[in-house]
Amino acid sequence: MAANTATRVLFDEPGPRGRTRILISTVVAVVLVVLLVSGAVWQFAVHGQLAAYKWQFFTYSAIVRALIVDGIGNTFLATGVAAVVAFPLGLVLALGRLSKQPALSRVSTAWIEFFRSMPMILVVYAFLLALPRFGLVLPVFWMLVVPMILVSSASTAEVFRAGIKAVDKGQWEAAQSLGMGPGLVLTHVVLPQAFRIVLPNLLTGLVSLLKDSTLGYVVSYGELMQQGKELVAYYHYMIQTYLVIALIYVLINWLLTRLASYLQVRMGTRRVAAAPVVVDLEPAQ
Amino acid sequence: MDQIWQMLGENSSFLLNGVLTTVGLTILGFGGALVIGTIVAVFRVSPITPLRVVGTAYVEFFRNVPLLTLLILIVFGLPDIGLLFPLFWCGVLGLVLAGSAFICETVRSGINTISVGQSEAARALGMSFGTQLRLIILPQAFRTMVQPLVNNFIGILIGSSLASAVGVSDITNVTQQLNIRYAEAVVLFLLSGAVYLVFALGAGGVGSWLERLVSRSRIGSAR
Repeated sequence: MAANTATRVLFDEPGPRGRTRILISTVVAVVLVVLLVSGAVWQFAVHGQLAAYKWQFFTYSAIVRALIVDGIGNTFLATGVAAVVAFPLGLVLALGRLSKQPALSRVSTAWIEFFRSMPMILVVYAFLLALPRFGLVLPVFWMLVVPMILVSSASTAEVFRAGIKAVDKGQWEAAQSLGMGPGLVLTHVVLPQAFRIVLPNLLTGLVSLLKDSTLGYVVSYGELMQQGKELVAYYHYMIQTYLVIALIYVLINWLLTRLASYLQVRMGTRRVAAAPVVVDLEPAQ
Repeated sequence: MDQIWQMLGENSSFLLNGVLTTVGLTILGFGGALVIGTIVAVFRVSPITPLRVVGTAYVEFFRNVPLLTLLILIVFGLPDIGLLFPLFWCGVLGLVLAGSAFICETVRSGINTISVGQSEAARALGMSFGTQLRLIILPQAFRTMVQPLVNNFIGILIGSSLASAVGVSDITNVTQQLNIRYAEAVVLFLLSGAVYLVFALGAGGVGSWLERLVSRSRIGSAR
């Protein structure tokens, strides 16, 4: 849809000369793409990486189990658990940041800004190396998932904050004039609408979480990347294994982003209509 | 406390190298990603179908592949087909590939904000697709793109830390090595965290300065 409008903007229906030029460029582009692809295939072939046994490997049931069942299973488990904790935490942080209590607002803001500009791998190293010094040793699963939660809670909080702000101010006023208290307005009027607005962005957040879960490779938690590392350590089919893993990630994330943009298109009008409104979470009585 | 200062003093050049590596990865990664991302964005709005297909496939792959997976593929996978690069450049390559996919989308939505009339007027003056992009669309599009581009830059800065997992000696990697030697995890964690925080804030500052600059030049050119 969007691609179509973008392309329509930049060129007219071509005339005969334009058509010839486009035809020639198309042929040139096709030739270049074919050259590029065959160059890549040639590199594989010359170095013996196209040998059938190196690829049939991925049809063995033990390998399929290691990658698909254990690897993707654990990736989904880590992502799911992290999302289940991080998303509500993000909502709490967003409400905290919007609240009129200065202390609460400041703490939430500091948490959000800190973890938003902190690379997750640093947090992972902190959990691996710093916390054991204070006698806190977590199981490997939590060594991965807790940093995922911390980092994701900050970015999700900003998503929720934008969503809450995007709910029209009139909604607050109408609900208040019906005699609803601030808590009731929030839970019954504003949040249900905010949720619908942020749903696509939450899916994007899920994609980032899924990408973050690859740091299981660093903490040695058996998600897809770590499973790949172990397979490579035993069988040495490096490029094959990592290529297959990359394609699996691309497929999963592509499906999620597809779903997100589908939802975004469905709610398109809503999002545009609701932009620049500032809302107090605890309006003056 | 003395111990900590002594550790930092003894390893100051090591730490400085780490900071410079992070800066190098980020700047080269962002610069490369900006160039490639713009080219791919032009592919995606061009009238030549194979280029649009290639552009879409490129973006969908590199936007959805986790950066760590991409870096590992480059560092450990590519030597299998005879492509062996120095580690630092593997990091840069990964950041350019992943970053350009995101920058392509930034540029594309920037192009979409330019009103149809601009393009129609340019065509009415007889400009070709290329001239039109170069003189009319892209200069205006870059104005609306300053803030998203700053976000892309910070994304690449934070992403550069993943290069430490494949052995590039950036600040994350350096502090991690010192950690193993000195077991001063908290100080070192805060130190490297501060580096990212400072650069992210600095990028934000440069971003708002640039934004003021381009909005001023817009008023200037309107006169």
